[in-house]
Amino acid sequence: MLARRASDLTYSVVIGLLAGLGLLVLIGPVVIVLLTSFTLGRSIKFPPSGLSLQWYRLLFDPVSSSQIHRAALNSLEVALVAMVAATVLATLASVALARRSGRWVRALDTFFMSPMILPMLAFGLAALMYFTFLGLRPSLPLIMVGHTVVVAPFVLRTTSASMSQLDPALLESSASLGAGWLYTFRRVTLPVIAPGIAAGAFLAFVASLDNVPVSLFLSGPRSDMLPIRMWGMMESMLDVRVAAVSGVLIATVLALMLIMERVVGLTRRLRD
Amino acid sequence: MTRESEWQLALPLTLAYAAFFLVPLGLLIAVSAFGDDRITTLDGAQWRKFLGDPFTWKVIVDTVKLGGLTVAATSLIGYPLALVYLGAGPRWQRVILFVVILPLLTSVVVRTFAWIVILGREGVINQAVLWLGLSPAPLRLLQTEHGLVIALTQIEMPIMLLPLLSVMSRMDPNLRDASAGLGASKWRTLVRVTLPLSLPGLVAGCMLVFASATTAFISQFVIGGNRLVYLPLIIWQQSLVVYNWPLASVAALTLLVSVGLGVAAIAAVGRRGRAYAV
Repeated sequence: MLARRASDLTYSVVIGLLAGLGLLVLIGPVVIVLLTSFTLGRSIKFPPSGLSLQWYRLLFDPVSSSQIHRAALNSLEVALVAMVAATVLATLASVALARRSGRWVRALDTFFMSPMILPMLAFGLAALMYFTFLGLRPSLPLIMVGHTVVVAPFVLRTTSASMSQLDPALLESSASLGAGWLYTFRRVTLPVIAPGIAAGAFLAFVASLDNVPVSLFLSGPRSDMLPIRMWGMMESMLDVRVAAVSGVLIATVLALMLIMERVVGLTRRLRD
Repeated sequence: MTRESEWQLALPLTLAYAAFFLVPLGLLIAVSAFGDDRITTLDGAQWRKFLGDPFTWKVIVDTVKLGGLTVAATSLIGYPLALVYLGAGPRWQRVILFVVILPLLTSVVVRTFAWIVILGREGVINQAVLWLGLSPAPLRLLQTEHGLVIALTQIEMPIMLLPLLSVMSRMDPNLRDASAGLGASKWRTLVRVTLPLSLPGLVAGCMLVFASATTAFISQFVIGGNRLVYLPLIIWQQSLVVYNWPLASVAALTLLVSVGLGVAAIAAVGRRGRAYAV
């Protein structure tokens, strides 16, 4: 009995310590970046040497940070367009594939999800060569196309999950009462799957905003993207404004995440 | 539109994927077969040159090793956290889920930047080391493989945990209670009940982490520096620095195949494990 107690105690200690380390590792860096961004010093150091808003002031200065602003606006524009395009295409596809089985349906589903596991860097290079051979130069519309392809799986996943919760009896009774396909879609299907679509659209937006592998190949001097610009700022003598940009991004994501949690139960949807 | 013709709604996405995903990937394969950087001679010379170079094989092994180490580290720390999630009340479950998802939604570049702050010469770890007197001079952590593995462990942790938390939340708690009721210790319950039941989630997490860590160009480049060479660095150098597209395509396809084989190996280990558990 004593040996059993000792064994259960070591279990609790070992698992507890490792899990605690896991929590620390997950959240620690986010906190450290936030605190660093308020530093009074001229270099990146933790703990920061005194607190100030100087780097945020410099970041929001329209003259000295104009390139960062341009890149941020480009990234937002691309993320919005890619989100809308991916949401429309993937929602239609998941309605088409829902409650169907067979080899073709499974193959198509795997095909649609493949950008998730395939090295995106290979796709980025492939897209660059493809557009170049078509005689196109790197520009924002090309990045929008590339991003749409890689963020569509997010919408497909969450929307398909809510499609599978739709009771087919509802659709049948709607049809037997004489409702047309479009009416049934608008009044029965859409209300049930809307939270899934919204969660997927949000994930697609964030994934596009953060995308590096596709933007790396398709962005150019006239189509600079925020993550690529931040990479440049980290490479050439560490620019402390990176910390301020990170602070703004973290605050934005946190705010959006809390809103989406309230509206559609985002975290639960991501887990399931 | 009727129920019968609903399948047509999959056409727009299928066409978009065919035009902007499948055709470019086909092109990648075609370009890799050309021998010169002007893409005129079709002789497969780049493949022979690339695969005939011992350095290439070192890079492939290092890339796969980096993925393997990251998978090991994220499982070792992530799985216990998933176990705690399993045993926690609803309030703590929400907290853990939140702590996992916030970094997931935070840009990879931001997370990479965080690790420069932590691992740098004046970083958090070195300040602690100097203050505790563990070393007379700052340790070199950036541009080393273990520094990179530490950083990637955090960067990839959320995608390990999501599938794990997903299986954990569907697990029947009665099974673990029954195991405990029959006198099994907590370790035994973990090995004989919880682990086999959560294996699909663990396998899915390992696959995602492996695929992501081996391809994480910015993290590899910024934290590893250019002395640590992985396949993504070669793809980037060949395509955007020296403009040798055939060689870049060869490297990209090599990465694709290495990731594919790694993921398939993880899936095979998972099937073995399940057969053993039953």
